Amino acid sequence: MDVLFSNVKELVALAESQNKPISEIMIEQEILMTKRTREEIIAQMDNNLTVMEKAVERGLQGVHSASGLTGGDAVLIQKYMASGKSLCGDVVMDAVSKAVATNEVNAAMGTICATPTAGAAGIVPGTLFAVKNKLNPTREQMINYLFTSGAFGFVVANNASISGAAGGCQAETGSAGSMAAAAIVEMAGGTPQQSAEAFSIVMKNMLGLVCDPVAGLVEVPCVKRNAMGAAKALVGADMALAGVVSRIPTDEVIEAMHKIGKSMPSALRETAKGGLAATPTGKALEAKIFGKGKVDSDTVNS
Amino acid sequence: MKFRSVFDIIGPVMIGPSSSHTAGAARIGRVARTLFGRQPEWARVHLYGSFAETYKGHGTDVAIIGGLLDYDTFDERIKSAFADAEKLGMTFEFIPEEEEAVHPNTARLVIGDSQGVMELTGISIGGGTMEVVELNGFPLRLSGHYPALLIVHNDRSGVIASVSNAIAKLNINIAHMEVDRKEKGEMALMVIEVDQMIDAALINELESLPNVTQVSTLAN
Repeated sequence: MDVLFSNVKELVALAESQNKPISEIMIEQEILMTKRTREEIIAQMDNNLTVMEKAVERGLQGVHSASGLTGGDAVLIQKYMASGKSLCGDVVMDAVSKAVATNEVNAAMGTICATPTAGAAGIVPGTLFAVKNKLNPTREQMINYLFTSGAFGFVVANNASISGAAGGCQAETGSAGSMAAAAIVEMAGGTPQQSAEAFSIVMKNMLGLVCDPVAGLVEVPCVKRNAMGAAKALVGADMALAGVVSRIPTDEVIEAMHKIGKSMPSALRETAKGGLAATPTGKALEAKIFGKGKVDSDTVNS
Repeated sequence: MKFRSVFDIIGPVMIGPSSSHTAGAARIGRVARTLFGRQPEWARVHLYGSFAETYKGHGTDVAIIGGLLDYDTFDERIKSAFADAEKLGMTFEFIPEEEEAVHPNTARLVIGDSQGVMELTGISIGGGTMEVVELNGFPLRLSGHYPALLIVHNDRSGVIASVSNAIAKLNINIAHMEVDRKEKGEMALMVIEVDQMIDAALINELESLPNVTQVSTLAN
């Protein structure tokens, strides 16, 4: 099969030996594997970027889900930022609010672009549109941000998992935050190896994160995990750009994530049977939303 | 390699809230609809694992019905799929199963009308990507990445050769091919993924071949 890279080590080696950004290697591999033209591929990514922009815009106007569990937090955060009191600073909180905005739209069954999943769809665009205000990228650079995120996500999806049902939230917001960190580094002028370091630093702090959605809805705690994922992505990127490296190589971190996911009990892999879903309040919310139903049948937490 | 395209990662564009439980489910339904070749009159959907536990919250049920109505992942009509199906006179039921399936997100669709019944098992492997793992009792692996031909035929010598000849005549290259049968000499299924688009002329020619009973196609 025509594949240019199957792990992060190969991806970085290729980018560095050919003196190309990771986004370019991803575009070349896409051409090779799908036999589509560069123009078609870039046009599709441009369209995905537009979908992300619209979702953020809509979320920042304030949306609420049908269940009533989520909505309106993106607006709250933006108002707080405008007061000038934010402790983390505007880039971090802007990313957080835009990640929340996207996931609030998702929870309300609005249109979004999965990155790499819908449940984790806020992190990549949230960080992109926040960093945009700081770095003033061209449209092409913004599209490349998505290709770089995609290159790392491609490795995770094929070598581990991007599914909460298979690997827990570490596979979803964990992957998204790590992918975003790698893309931020490239946009900020870092090296391909620094992108890999940023990815590792973030993923190491996502390991073990379970998928325990209340009532099985992609709302609680998903929206706030996107918020934190965006914040971690920015911190991880800054650390890598400062020269901090991960002692454990990226591909081994991904392998560790995969193994942790496999050993997670099914109650903590998107079955809404354990973790926050199984708390008294989580169960009460489920009963309120769906009626009595299946609650009480099995709330094993192991 | 399960994920082949960057758009499996940055994509799909979709109606929320879950790529695996909504978009992947819609894709499973849509593939079933395409292979069935027409709007089914009824559908029985068995759900396993996480699909069985959380399908209501994720809109897995409306997404599968939306797929059966030929709606894509980003089609806003997914939200009204139940009402739309009822308007078309289609009946459906969802059956959450207790038993463990091959994958935590598995759906087995039994669909039909007065002319026939089809059974398809699909798995949603993350980020909206899905695979068909069983069709009418035949285990198979269909990613949906390439245009595909599914040919039901009698298990006789020469059928594979005549099918591949017809394909080769049109300069279409076979990317992947699988053949399986129920019993020696009984019904068999050929799954052929190709690099080029499949046109109606090829389907007509394949349908006219001896021992070929049904030809379905799947565009990528």
